[in-house]
Amino acid sequence: MNDWPLWEVFVRSRRGLSHVHAGSLHAPDAEMALRNARDLYTRRQEGVSIWVVRSADIEASTPDERDSFFDPAADKIYRHPTFYDVPEGVEHL
Amino acid sequence: MSGALFDYVLGLADDALISAQRMGWWISRAPQLEEDVAMANIGLDQLGQARNLLAYAGEVEGDGRTEDCLAYLRDERDFRNVKLVERDQRDFGVAMARLLIFSAWQAELYAALARSADPTLAAVAGKAVKEVAYHLDHARHWVVRLGDGTEESHARMQAALEAEWPWMEELFDSSTVDATLIAEGVAVDPATLRDAVLTRVEAVVGEATLEVPQVAPAVGGGRRGLHTEEMGYLLAEMQHLTRSHPEAAW
Repeated sequence: MNDWPLWEVFVRSRRGLSHVHAGSLHAPDAEMALRNARDLYTRRQEGVSIWVVRSADIEASTPDERDSFFDPAADKIYRHPTFYDVPEGVEHL
Repeated sequence: MSGALFDYVLGLADDALISAQRMGWWISRAPQLEEDVAMANIGLDQLGQARNLLAYAGEVEGDGRTEDCLAYLRDERDFRNVKLVERDQRDFGVAMARLLIFSAWQAELYAALARSADPTLAAVAGKAVKEVAYHLDHARHWVVRLGDGTEESHARMQAALEAEWPWMEELFDSSTVDATLIAEGVAVDPATLRDAVLTRVEAVVGEATLEVPQVAPAVGGGRRGLHTEEMGYLLAEMQHLTRSHPEAAW
C-alpha cells in the first residue's frame, strides 16, 4: 500500500474564509482521501469544508524560479495600498 | 424498575466501551497511518458514548458508583455487552465486518432511542446518531472496497463476514430487556431493530459483491454476564492500570 498516491488537503475553517492548505496524506482514491482528511485534519472542529487534490496534479513554482518570479515586484511600491488614509473606525477594509 | 433500567443502560454502555477498547488495539496496526487515526476516532466516539451511559447507569443505581468504578472495577461476570464486540479482531476484514454490523445496529438503536421516554437516554442517543452514521459509512467503504476488490480481498472479506455474522443475533434478543421498560417507551425492543439492521447490512454486502452468510447464530449470553474466553484478557489489559494503582491521577 506504499504506492497509494499523495493528496494535499485544504480546509475551510468557517463560512466566508477561503480553503487553506492543512497538510497531506496517502489514500487510494479521492473518496478515501476526503474521509482520511476528515479524520486527520478536522478532529478538533477545524473545518466546515474540505478539498483534496492529488499532489501530482499541482503545478508548483520551483526555488530556481524565485528570482524571476518574485523579485520584479520588489521595487513597485505603487502596487501596495499604502497611499490611502484609512478613515478612523473602519474595521473591514 | 431502577434495577432493570440500570441493566439496560449498562448493556448499551458496555457494548460501546468494549468496542472502543477493541478499536484502540488497531492504533499503530492498521494498514495505513490514516486508518490508525480513523479507527482511533471511531473508538473515541464509542468511548464518549460509553462514558455518558456509564455515568447515567451509576446515577440510576444510586450507590455512588462513578463511570470509572463501573468501567474499571467490575469483574467479567458483571459486564453486560454482547459477545459481538468483545472477541479478538486482529484481521482488518473482521474489524470492518464487525464495525458494519455493530454500527448499523447502533444507528437503528440510537435513532429509536432518541425518542425514548427517558430524557437522558434520548439525549445521549440523539448526540450519538451522527457519530454512528460516520462509523457505518467508514465500514461500508472498506467492506465494499475489499469485497469488490481483488480475488484475495474478496475471499477474505467473505470469510470475515462469515465469522462475524453468527454474533449478530444476540443484538436482537428481546428477552435481554425488561418488558416494562419497553412498554413504557424507555427502552427499545431489540427485536424491532432486526429488519432495518439486516436491510442496511445486506445492502452493503450486495454492493460489495459478497454473499449474505447462511450460518447458525452463536450462543449469546453476554447481556447476562456470560462471555467468551477473550473477554478476560481484554479486561485484564483495560483495567490493569486502575487496579494496580487505585486512584492514580495524571
